[in-house]
Amino acid sequence: MIERQTFGSEGNMAETAQAIEVRDLHKRFGPLEVLKGVSLSAKQGDVIALIGGSGSGKSTFLRCINMLELPTAGSVTIHGETIELKKDGNGGLMPANRRQVQRIRTKLGMVFQSFNLWQHMTVLQNVIEVPVHVLGQPRDQAIEVAEALLRRVGLYEKRDAYPAFLSGGQQQRAAIARALAIQPLVMLFDEPTSALDPELVGEVLSVIGDLAREKRTMILVTHEMKFARQVASHVVYLHGGVIEEQGPPEQIFGDPQSERLKKFISSIH
Amino acid sequence: MKDEATLVPMTYAPPKARSLLEPHRIALAAVFLAILVSAAYFMRWDWLPRYQDRLISGLWTTMLMLISTSVVGFVFAVPLGLVQVTGPKPLAWLANAFCTLIRGTPLLLQLWLLYYGLGSLFAQYPEIRSSWAWPYLRQAWPYGFAALTISFAAYEGEVMRGAFSGVPKGELEAARAYGMGRWTAFRRIWFPRAVYRTLPTLTGETVLQLKSTPLVATVTVMDLYSVITKVRQDTLLTYEPLLLLALIYLCLTGILVLAFRLLENRIPSRGN
Repeated sequence: MIERQTFGSEGNMAETAQAIEVRDLHKRFGPLEVLKGVSLSAKQGDVIALIGGSGSGKSTFLRCINMLELPTAGSVTIHGETIELKKDGNGGLMPANRRQVQRIRTKLGMVFQSFNLWQHMTVLQNVIEVPVHVLGQPRDQAIEVAEALLRRVGLYEKRDAYPAFLSGGQQQRAAIARALAIQPLVMLFDEPTSALDPELVGEVLSVIGDLAREKRTMILVTHEMKFARQVASHVVYLHGGVIEEQGPPEQIFGDPQSERLKKFISSIH
Repeated sequence: MKDEATLVPMTYAPPKARSLLEPHRIALAAVFLAILVSAAYFMRWDWLPRYQDRLISGLWTTMLMLISTSVVGFVFAVPLGLVQVTGPKPLAWLANAFCTLIRGTPLLLQLWLLYYGLGSLFAQYPEIRSSWAWPYLRQAWPYGFAALTISFAAYEGEVMRGAFSGVPKGELEAARAYGMGRWTAFRRIWFPRAVYRTLPTLTGETVLQLKSTPLVATVTVMDLYSVITKVRQDTLLTYEPLLLLALIYLCLTGILVLAFRLLENRIPSRGN
């Protein structure tokens, strides 16, 4: 339904097999080291599920990919383009080139735990906001795309409603439409169902599952183990800021090696 | 358990939709009309035609004062509120000090300090007296305008500080996550979101500002209040001019509240 964009606008972002390449990522909050060297790579079409207990660093890792959280050390490469970082003089890193970070962010569709829709805009306005005001697309074209996306997530009838008048599940589906509207190279999901009432989880998961099946590259931080097993092509188990174990879902859930992962999986079920 | 029928709740009857023609409203309207008619009939209004032009020009001055000082004051209030949220620290401290100082002293005092203090100081410098600004500085209204603007900026700056810091962090984070630069995020998300949240407060501040405008009459600006004062001195009437004054301010307040409500209703809210 939605055209996959090919990215040839910047020479160094031409088609590469590697969609995301994260090397040796460290993140420190004061004395607390949350990420102790995490490396991860995703090919185009990969669906990577990040699992782990609270405090394992999985959300922080996801937020480091689009620099919402600045890593203390390490590198992030999106479709062959490495985000330029420089020392901030405080033992951490900061973007060397703010425009580059902004440009790369427009290719990463982030979906938040608490939706974070802009409350002073209707659903449709939320979806066209970035295409029109950041990417500079013509308004009517953006509306056309947005309406198709809203139809797809089942919210076409709600396009003129304000977020406060929608259920959590509807808000999250609108947020997914907002992320899709920028035609992202990679979708980043930060616990997209954790803030939802149990009966609303299903409608959001079915939309995400849909995206996984059409081979969209995505990284998904989740507590929904059954869902991760169904849709992920690769599962990464984080513990204490390092990757404890990773592999295909059958192996991670069917034949976990480490004691911790075994315990984690049995505790979740 | 004897009488189970009493345990069945009575059928719920929703309250009737409010109508303008409920009996008590008709009664109130009648009383009000009676007061109006008897005021018109028993009181002296023969001075009205004579002062008509001056009243209209006074009303015009009052409205001009209100609108211009509110708008310009708001323009100053935005950075005053913003730097208190974003820093840098020295600027935040300065803005905070400014708001505290202005809000902590009477507007009348500020107005007189400007007009009698600064105004007479200006007059002592030949450089100023010969400059292009002198034709303005020798009039009263610039001092009234300045005092009202500064006051509105300080009160509204404090309101905007709260409004800016009250916008959910997640929405600003979403703006960043989608590649918005600082200016775009401010213009598209932070600022409109803050203003819509603060509209009810802004309505109240503007109504208060309307009722601060009569103070400029004390420095010889011919606003509505000073025209009415003139009427009282000329005709030796007390109640009639003051009643008219009250009525006009009441109407202006009504119009203001209505206009702001229309603005508020553009975005329906649900308790946030």
